[in-house]
Amino acid sequence: MAETRYTSDHEWVRLEDDGTLTIGITDHAQEALGDIVFVELPEVDRKVVEGESFATVESTKAASDVFAPLAGRVAEINEAIVEDPGLINRDPQGEGWFLRMEPGDEDNFESLMDEEAYQALLETL
Amino acid sequence: MVPFAGWSLPVQYSGTLIEHQAARTAAALFDVSHMGQVSLPAADATALETLVPGDILGLAPGRQRYTMFLNDQAGILDDIMVANHGERLVLVINAGRAAADIAHMRPHLPNLVVHPDRALLALQGPKAVDVISRHAPQAAAMPFLGVATLTIAGTECWVTRSGYTGEDGFEISILAHQAEHVAEALLAEPETTPAGLAARDTLRLEAGLCLYGNDIDETTTPIEASLAWTIGKRRRRQGGFPGAGIVQNQLAQGPARHRVGLRPEGRAPARAGTEILDKHGDLAGHITSGTFGPTLGAPVAMGYVRADLATDSTQLALLIRGQRHPARVAALPFVPHRFVR
Repeated sequence: MAETRYTSDHEWVRLEDDGTLTIGITDHAQEALGDIVFVELPEVDRKVVEGESFATVESTKAASDVFAPLAGRVAEINEAIVEDPGLINRDPQGEGWFLRMEPGDEDNFESLMDEEAYQALLETL
Repeated sequence: MVPFAGWSLPVQYSGTLIEHQAARTAAALFDVSHMGQVSLPAADATALETLVPGDILGLAPGRQRYTMFLNDQAGILDDIMVANHGERLVLVINAGRAAADIAHMRPHLPNLVVHPDRALLALQGPKAVDVISRHAPQAAAMPFLGVATLTIAGTECWVTRSGYTGEDGFEISILAHQAEHVAEALLAEPETTPAGLAARDTLRLEAGLCLYGNDIDETTTPIEASLAWTIGKRRRRQGGFPGAGIVQNQLAQGPARHRVGLRPEGRAPARAGTEILDKHGDLAGHITSGTFGPTLGAPVAMGYVRADLATDSTQLALLIRGQRHPARVAALPFVPHRFVR
């Protein structure tokens, strides 16, 4: 079964069976942002470094950067959220995924927070 | 909740889009108690006119008017509502400017009374009149910018038929200790949705209304801000308010820049501070307010541009995150006002 890990910026990263990473923002993130009205995603094939701002989401309140949780190459983007940004609010960890990445040479997936650690982080907020 | 000018403000309840939609289609109740409320004897209308360009002497009992405090350079110190309650003039001023406004008024208006004990609720939307009339039937007969003292839920309220959303609606001033009681009574009506300041901002932007500190401030004149309509014939002719010479000159010559509406192409909202470029790529001005307009389903913005670019449909570009996004000058309001007439 695919494993999902988390970042302190409230992104989720799911390691798929084929080794790619599916990335999105957590339910907590969409709740904090409020109604999302605009998403800008990177171009397919773009190489990103860890921590780089690679997407932007805007809610009715403000604009926020989304940072690459790991280094890699953008393999696929979810056009559905560009057309209907509200999908991110409605189903942040399902239909509202942002993009798929092929991880770079360094495999840092295990360095991300597991479910338990992320839940513990949420408790502190 | 967010802190603002010493207040804790409700930003949203059920969600900005739902609350925005409620104000456009039914009724939304906003707690805007942070707004400053002050009053003067009606006989001080002449003295008040020395501070504002609006026609206060011509403001009949039972009527309200929008005007602004100006400095000697015709810069806007605050934008305000003045309601004539008969014996007294009641002013609603911005929370962030309240202390400065009061200090500015005191030397000219020694009879000024500050009302920190009063709360303010705004009931806005096409069904607002139905909601309020169930409690105070006289409200239905009030004209746009009418003023009345009504009893709602057994409580005496200073009511004006006004608002900040472009919709029909009422602003209701009550003693703070009775505010919750009145709010509960209005929220108990099936049409009413509680709404926060985020929806108030998207609503006022679609309605093309200025936010003090963003779209107008001490560096902008009412003429540059496209608020010349607030200055009547008598005051234009006679002057007698701070910066009158500059206002008269800008009315005659036209100002060097204008506040305009802007419609960016695509979906990316252009926020305050965004650079506006002309067709040559030269800086033409800055966005002062911008958001995604839920009723339009598209981004909307306001900003100042050079006078030669201030006509509708002029093609401009907005520099959003380093990229040029096409935009055009658009008539304000973006969403037609639906005030009762």
